[in-house]
Amino acid sequence: MRLRTNGRLVRKNRPVHFSFNGKAMQGYAGDTLASALLANDQILVGRSFKYHRPRGIVAAGTEEPNALVELGRGDRQEPNVRVTQVDLYEGLVARSQNHWPSLEFDVGVINAKLSRFLPAGFYYKTFIQPRAFWKHVYEPIIRRSAGLGAAPETADDNTYEHFNVTVDVLVIGGGIAGLAAALAAGRAGARVLLLEQTSGWGGRAVVDRPMIEGQSAQDWVNVTLGELHAMPNVDMRVRCQGAGVYDHGYALAHERLTDHAPKQGGPRQRLWRIRAGQIVTATGAIERPLSFAYNDVPGVLLAASLRDYVVNYGVAVGQRTVIVTNNDDAYRTALALHAAGLDVPAVIDARPAAQGALPEQVRALGIRVLANSAIGAVEGGKRVTGVSICAQDGTGGQTEQIACDCVAMSGGWSPVVHLWSHCGGKLVWDEAQAMFRPDADRPPTGADGAGFVTAAGTANGHLFTAEAIADGFGAGRKAASTAGHVKKPGQAPMGDDAAEDPMAPVWIMPAQAPYDMRAKMWLDYQNDVKVSDVQLAAQEGFRSVEHTKRYTTLGMATDQGKLSNVNGLAVLSDALGEAIPQVGTTTFRPPYTPLPLAAIAGVARDELFQPVRRTPVQDWHEDHDADFEPVGQWRRPYAYPRGDESSHDAVTREVKNTREAVGLLDASTLGKIIVKGPDAGRFLDMIYTNMMSTLPVGSCRYGLMCSENGFLMDDGVVARMDDDTWLCHTTTGGADRIHAHMEDWLQTEWYDWQVYTANVTEQYAQFAVVGPKARDLLQDIGGMDLTQEALPFMRWTTGTLGGFDVRIFRISFSGELSFEIAVRAGQGAAFWDLLVKHGEPLGLMPYGTEALHVLRAEKGFIMIGDETDGTVIPQDLNLDWAISKKKDDFLGKRGQMRTHMQDPDRWKLVGLETLDGSVLPDGAYAVDTGENVNGQRNTQGRVTSTYYSPTLGKGIAMGLVRRGPERMGEVIAFTKTGGGTVDARICDPVFYDKEGKKQNV
Amino acid sequence: MSEPVSALRGRATSGSVQVSDMGLQGMISLRCDLSFGKLKALSKDLVGAPVPALREAQVRNDRAALWMSPDELLFLMPHTEVDDALSRIAKAMKDQHHLALDVSDARALLRVEGPFAREVIAKLAPVDLHPDVFGPGQVLRTRLGQIAAAFWMTDAQTFQVICFRSVAHYAFDLLEASAKAGPVGHFPRGT
Repeated sequence: MRLRTNGRLVRKNRPVHFSFNGKAMQGYAGDTLASALLANDQILVGRSFKYHRPRGIVAAGTEEPNALVELGRGDRQEPNVRVTQVDLYEGLVARSQNHWPSLEFDVGVINAKLSRFLPAGFYYKTFIQPRAFWKHVYEPIIRRSAGLGAAPETADDNTYEHFNVTVDVLVIGGGIAGLAAALAAGRAGARVLLLEQTSGWGGRAVVDRPMIEGQSAQDWVNVTLGELHAMPNVDMRVRCQGAGVYDHGYALAHERLTDHAPKQGGPRQRLWRIRAGQIVTATGAIERPLSFAYNDVPGVLLAASLRDYVVNYGVAVGQRTVIVTNNDDAYRTALALHAAGLDVPAVIDARPAAQGALPEQVRALGIRVLANSAIGAVEGGKRVTGVSICAQDGTGGQTEQIACDCVAMSGGWSPVVHLWSHCGGKLVWDEAQAMFRPDADRPPTGADGAGFVTAAGTANGHLFTAEAIADGFGAGRKAASTAGHVKKPGQAPMGDDAAEDPMAPVWIMPAQAPYDMRAKMWLDYQNDVKVSDVQLAAQEGFRSVEHTKRYTTLGMATDQGKLSNVNGLAVLSDALGEAIPQVGTTTFRPPYTPLPLAAIAGVARDELFQPVRRTPVQDWHEDHDADFEPVGQWRRPYAYPRGDESSHDAVTREVKNTREAVGLLDASTLGKIIVKGPDAGRFLDMIYTNMMSTLPVGSCRYGLMCSENGFLMDDGVVARMDDDTWLCHTTTGGADRIHAHMEDWLQTEWYDWQVYTANVTEQYAQFAVVGPKARDLLQDIGGMDLTQEALPFMRWTTGTLGGFDVRIFRISFSGELSFEIAVRAGQGAAFWDLLVKHGEPLGLMPYGTEALHVLRAEKGFIMIGDETDGTVIPQDLNLDWAISKKKDDFLGKRGQMRTHMQDPDRWKLVGLETLDGSVLPDGAYAVDTGENVNGQRNTQGRVTSTYYSPTLGKGIAMGLVRRGPERMGEVIAFTKTGGGTVDARICDPVFYDKEGKKQNV
Repeated sequence: MSEPVSALRGRATSGSVQVSDMGLQGMISLRCDLSFGKLKALSKDLVGAPVPALREAQVRNDRAALWMSPDELLFLMPHTEVDDALSRIAKAMKDQHHLALDVSDARALLRVEGPFAREVIAKLAPVDLHPDVFGPGQVLRTRLGQIAAAFWMTDAQTFQVICFRSVAHYAFDLLEASAKAGPVGHFPRGT
């Protein structure tokens, strides 16, 4: 309900309309969705994950476990949004989740009646046997009854972006400690980025109103913001959450730019990729719930969160609020409620006595304070109707009943240590405050072994204003000076607030609660994990907190146990009879709250999803409706279907035309690496298995490259340009990799060799003109003597062809007469057009990569990636002729001498022809007799390349077969897709023009 | 003979920060020992500027010498002068181990110009672009989105960006999208 007083953040003259589950509601500008729902008395906001129990808002910040909604419609639909993190805007549409058929009436609540059948670890226990039941019965039912929001069905039309920034000091958290840290670092002259996840500055201080520097907290915040704004070296961002801290001072932050203003233009969210010299985590603390029976009934919430709602938004949950606590801070809620004109029938204090300044202040207002007291149970179903009171040190015998419609609880505070811990910052257990706090002696360390994160303020365990603000200022000064900015930033601000008596750790309420009470005490609201579940896990032998987490689901899902972790591990340690620090915490992993995938993707979607490389004639391929296939990051034409022609028919036509007339291939993607220097020949002799230093200038040689282990990694034609310059062609996918491989060896092993390399792949467009009429075509264009005498096979030359400066290689990957012509890339398209124009009368047709494959397979030429897979050595492919016997060494030589590489039983390359002429399935295995140790059929080979050969009119294939070349003529069986086998005869892999006459004319 | 074309064929955007194809640009990659004595005179001869030091860009109108790595420079000049420049390099570097190559066609050159050009680049490149750290006279080889790129500034709000030719359209689209998304407001405008 909305109060007449209070509400420092809302503008009551600016109504904002929104809807929840289809119901029209009204809030004010400045509201969060959470405060607006409470203002409309919407106390029930969701159902729990497992038992579908009614749930209400528990918190006011990122720790909220219950109130997750599906927000927006269409392209803005987003599931699992915490209502506490949504700034209200006109027209907002929200729906509750995890209920069926409605929030008010949910059949899933039947799960709750079955709760004794759904104990801790129920997934593991109940549903494993019988196996088939799991898949067909249990899983579908569980999936329907338990689940968070639905995935959006339409594409997200919003834009997202990244921003890279480097700063000296990153301050995460805009409360007083963070502001003080930024102030100190900013005054010292450091480049500072200050982030605040909510829409406003000041954190808890502007709600609880301590004095700072003799003024109210709000005034100090305003003055400080003014000073920070005036510093050009400080950037400040609200609605920007520090999401993760990583090695080397890298951090991610998530800025919500237009979530609160959907009509505003520009990117919706921005992911900040920050490189920080030093990071200050001033991330505050989270209040802990108390574990009493039925502490999950809507209307039970955290005491400080209720204070936030009253003070910030002028909103209350009920008229009569019972406060239950183990510390003095919760008394501030009693004061705030009283000041707002609301009833506080009693403060239930679990401590033996409550005599601090704050309790006395509360008593003075006539509010009852019951020490050594506890809540025995909360009454009410979808809303609190009252509480029963008992003694904290007893077993739960009721002493009194109090009617109320709201319960505000405080179990003490846990510093938000997540960002401190993401990169390895360690924690210590603070016995007095019953909290884990950062251990300043064991921070996350950078490359130099020194810490790069400093926790500050409440996040560092300083719960009181004076310490928190001084700690923040000190952290900022230290971070700036570590980052090299030693200018004196002046004195730390002085803070002052009411003194507090010590809190008392209370993990179960009442302390001696019997089982039936413990089975109703919720530790983890989001995952329906109760005190009894954790105790059961301990009984069953789960001693590690990490195992208990997985077994019970405590601290899983979207909130990752922000409220439940410490309470849960305290219960676990008690059940194990160990101290809390010995049990320890689960691992804090980034991000702090879930990051939308869209923010992570940033601009990388649709056409910018990944770079697609384009050759100089890509436009022509697209204009001629080529079918494309990805080859590395290129899109190469697979075939050029004409009219209604199928892809298969197009390939057949292209192959035949290339064999009979002339074909044209865009080979621009093949890698071209220049290697030059006095030691270039020696270097290439190491890189290739064959001898390249002896290659005459003007000649070409096919070469193989192996990894150190001897495996074949790339191949291509090498051309000698001049005395100390070679041009190495690589495969399309190999260009960058092989260039890096060469540089790797040159820079790390042979750094004293005089060799330079350069990847010039993209400087040239390169086209293969292939077929019996290839020479006719080039002579028709004119300008160079390309006769067999002038330019024999495996030679290259330069000249001017049709006015273009060209380099022509007589090399062939098809077995036909073939010229590969390189022109500068900027003239590639024009030269291609010229070839097409002059080629048309000769029957020229362009051909794609599939025809290229068929042409080479008919000739028995291997293809890197088909015949090789990282486990194949050149000897397996009968390429011994390309392995120099004269050289002392080359990369891979030693590897190929190992016993297994010399094994005569290795699978070796052969041709395969099916007896029925069919095409073998790609990758099919040749079956052998018997079974292996796993009960699988033994194999003796596999298919590596398989095609329909238009030239021969039947299926042809290559494969690796055990002792294959020794078994010519033998028939072996290959597996077929869908079962059965097909017989194939082992044959020579060269199916066409075995003598190689056609390419050498 | 046909005139060469750039990969982007003159593409350009309008808007507060504009992205445009700078067309054909002569580029020569020179790998050698950068302390070689005659290099100073060669650099002066080719672009009218001294040999650039670490991460330095020596820009003189339509010419420049850019530091690429401890043993590599990139010379920029009008496209038509490349062949002549290559022969002058060959003469100056005679008997000195080096590799000089025309890489004009292997690259694309783009201009990003406008009041928040610095932020347009910073959205895409994982480097420190604070005006105190990076400004005219310097060059960076880094990444732009998912591709390799290099850039330098010719004045307080103009970047020149080179990338490989095959990904020129990706680079252009990326820069266009980043410019269209508007400023971040982190760096002072116009710096």
